Amino acid sequence: MTDPWFALKRFTQARIGLGRAGHAVPTEALLDFQLAHAQARDAVHFPWDIEGFAESLREMGEDCLILRTPIRSRAEYLRRPDRGRVLDSDSRTRLDDMDGGGMDVALIVTNGLSSTAVERHGLPLLEAVIGRYRSRRIQVGPISLVENGRVALSDEIGFALGARVAVIVVGERPGLSAADSLGIYFAYAPRPGNSDAQRNCISNIRPPEGLSYEAAAAKLLYLTEEAMRRRLSGVALKDELDTVLPPSPEPLGLKK
Amino acid sequence: MKYTASIQGRGYAFADLKTLLAKASPLRSADELAGIAAESEEERAVAQRVLAEVPMCRFLEEPLIPPEEDEVSRLIFETHDNAAFAPISALTVGEFREWLLSDTTADEAIARIRTGLMPEMAAAVSKIMRNQDLIAVAKRCTVTTRFRNTIGLSGRLSTRLQPNHPADDPRGIAASILDGLLYGNGDAVIGINPATDSPKNVDTLLRLLDEIIVEHDIPTQSCVLAHVTTTMDLMRRGSPVDLVFQSIAGTEAANRSFGIDLSLLREAREMALSLKRGTLGDNLMYFETGQGSALSADAHHGIDAQTCEARAYAVARAFSPLLINTVVGFIGPEYLYDGKQIIRAGLEDHFCGKLLGLPMGCDVCYTNHAEADQNDMDNLITLLAVAGCTYIMGVPGADDVMLAYQSTSFHDALYLRKVLGLRPAPEFEEWLDRMGIFDGRNALSLGPMPPRLLNAMDALTEDSP
Repeated sequence: MTDPWFALKRFTQARIGLGRAGHAVPTEALLDFQLAHAQARDAVHFPWDIEGFAESLREMGEDCLILRTPIRSRAEYLRRPDRGRVLDSDSRTRLDDMDGGGMDVALIVTNGLSSTAVERHGLPLLEAVIGRYRSRRIQVGPISLVENGRVALSDEIGFALGARVAVIVVGERPGLSAADSLGIYFAYAPRPGNSDAQRNCISNIRPPEGLSYEAAAAKLLYLTEEAMRRRLSGVALKDELDTVLPPSPEPLGLKK
Repeated sequence: MKYTASIQGRGYAFADLKTLLAKASPLRSADELAGIAAESEEERAVAQRVLAEVPMCRFLEEPLIPPEEDEVSRLIFETHDNAAFAPISALTVGEFREWLLSDTTADEAIARIRTGLMPEMAAAVSKIMRNQDLIAVAKRCTVTTRFRNTIGLSGRLSTRLQPNHPADDPRGIAASILDGLLYGNGDAVIGINPATDSPKNVDTLLRLLDEIIVEHDIPTQSCVLAHVTTTMDLMRRGSPVDLVFQSIAGTEAANRSFGIDLSLLREAREMALSLKRGTLGDNLMYFETGQGSALSADAHHGIDAQTCEARAYAVARAFSPLLINTVVGFIGPEYLYDGKQIIRAGLEDHFCGKLLGLPMGCDVCYTNHAEADQNDMDNLITLLAVAGCTYIMGVPGADDVMLAYQSTSFHDALYLRKVLGLRPAPEFEEWLDRMGIFDGRNALSLGPMPPRLLNAMDALTEDSP
C-alpha cells in the first residue's frame, strides 16, 4: 500500500512515505535499507589515501604534516578510542621540535569513521576555511593529517604547536543515507585533558544536502574570532551567529 | 568487608565493592576499554557468586565514590529513604533477586521500596539476573507520568516522534512529523535533535512544533533537544518550551563534561514549571543517558559502565521527568560491541530505571561501526515491549539522517501494537481515532487520508518553490 503523502519525500532524504504491507514496510523499502546498511558498513572500513591527500594540499600551496597515532589497524581504532586521542612517540617528538610560535589556529584533519567523507569534502572545505581565516589575517599553521584519530587528538596537537585554538576536521560515522559527512570540532586554548564541554561542533558538512563549505567556514570563523576575543569556547560560547530573534515568528510548517 | 572466594583451589579476591561490581558485570567492551572487566569467564562467574552474598545494606556503608567528592553520591545518600528500604534491608543481593521474582512479593511492595533503593543496589542485582529476570521484574513496575497526556499505563507503549533533518530545514522536519503522525507516532514527545544548537535555530524549531501541536490539537508535547543552557536562554526570551531536555550521566565529573550540574538542572526545571504549559501534569524534564558516557568523559572513577548508568537514574529521578531513555547502542562498539551486548544493556537499563521508579524508554539503536543490524533491534524492541517499556523511538524508516545511526521506525511501533496489543497513550489514541488515522482497534485505518492532515500536506507542497 503506498502512502498518499509520498509527495512530501522531496522535502527530506528521511525515509518517509515508504508505504506499508500490513504494519510492515514494503519489500522494496526493506531491500533499499539493507543495501544502504551494507554500503555504510563498507564505508567504515574503507582506507584513507593520506599521502594522496597531502599531495593535493601541497598542490594548493599549503604546508602539511603527516602524523600518526599508536593505532595500527582499523579494528583497533574501533575498539580503542583512547589510542586515537594521542600521537605516537615519533610524531610527538616531531611536533615538540617544531616552533609553532605566533600560530592562531592549529588545523588538523583525520578520517575518523568515514574516509569517504574526507576524500569527498576535505579539500574544498579546507580551502573555504583557510580562505576565510586569511581574509581576517588569522594565522593558520601547517595542516596536520592523522589517520585513525579521535576528536581529542586536537588537544595534544594544538597544545604542542602552541596554538590559540585547535580545529579538527573529522569524518563522521556513516549513516545510511549519508556516509560522507564531515564534522568540525573547535576548542580554545587546547591542552590534553580538556573536556568536551570546552568544544564547539559544526556537523553534517556535506553539500548539497547538508551544510555547505562556505557556511561551515563562516561559522568557524565566527567561533574563532569570538573565542579569541572572549578567551573561551564550548557551552559558554553559543553560536550566536544569527542571534537576533525575529519579532514575530514566521509562519512555518503545517497549516490547516 | 572482604570480597573473596576460592574455587577448586583457585583463590579470588576483589579489592572493594566497585571492583566486585565491575568483575561481576556481563561482558561488554566499555569495561574492557576501562581495564576493569573480569579477566576470565570464571572470574566473572565467581564475582557474581561473591556479589550475591553481599548484604544490601553494605551499599550504604561503602560509597563507590565518597560523597564529599561527588555530588551525585551526595544526592544518592541524602535522598535515601531508610523506611522504604526496611523491607529489604536484611537481604543479600542474591536474596533480593528472589524477593523481586517471588509470587509473595506484591507489585505494590516493589513500588514501595523505590525511594529506599540506591542505584548501585539496582545495578548489583541486575548483574546476577538473566535477561528473562530483567524482563519479568520490569514488567511488575508501572511508572506513570503526565504533561499533556498519560504515559506509562499498563498495556500501553508510547513513541517519541524523531523527525530530524541534517540542516534543520523546517519543511523537511514538518514532512517527517506528518509522516510519523499518519503512522500513529508521537505520543511520548515530538522531539527534534537540532543539527545546530544556536538559540535562533532552536527557537525556530520550537515554534514549528508548537504550531503543529496547537493547530491540530494533538495531545502531546514538544521538545528540541538542545543543551539545557540554550533552552533556559530561550525560555527567558519567551520561546514555547514544553519539555526541558538534557543528557545526564552518573558522576559529577561526567555531568561537568556535559556542561551541567544538579543546581543548573534544578534551575531549568523551576523555570519550565513557571511556564505552566502542561495540562494534565507537571512532569516536564526529558533526559537521555547511555552506558559508557562517564567512561568517554574519563569520569567513571573505576566504576563499571552499567553501574554508572544506574547512578544517572538517581540524577533523573530527582527531577520527576516525563521521559527518560537510554540511547543504548549510540556511542559505539568501544562501549557495546555487538547486538548481544546492546540487547543485554537495553534490558538492564530498562530494568534499573523502572525499579528506581522512572518512566523508562529506550532508543533501541546501533551505529554502522558496531556489529549489529536491524534484526538485533527487532529482538530488543520485542523483549522491551514484553517488559513493559514506556516508549521507543519513531524515526522514518529507522534511519536518522541527521545523527547517522539506526533506531526504530514508525512501522516498528505498529508491529508491536499488532503482535502484543500495546496501545498508545489514551488521550493520543483517542486523537488518532478521531482524526481517522487509527481505526478504533489500535491499527492504522484503511480509509482515506484524514482531511485536516491532508490539507496540511497540501499547504506544505503548495508553498514550495
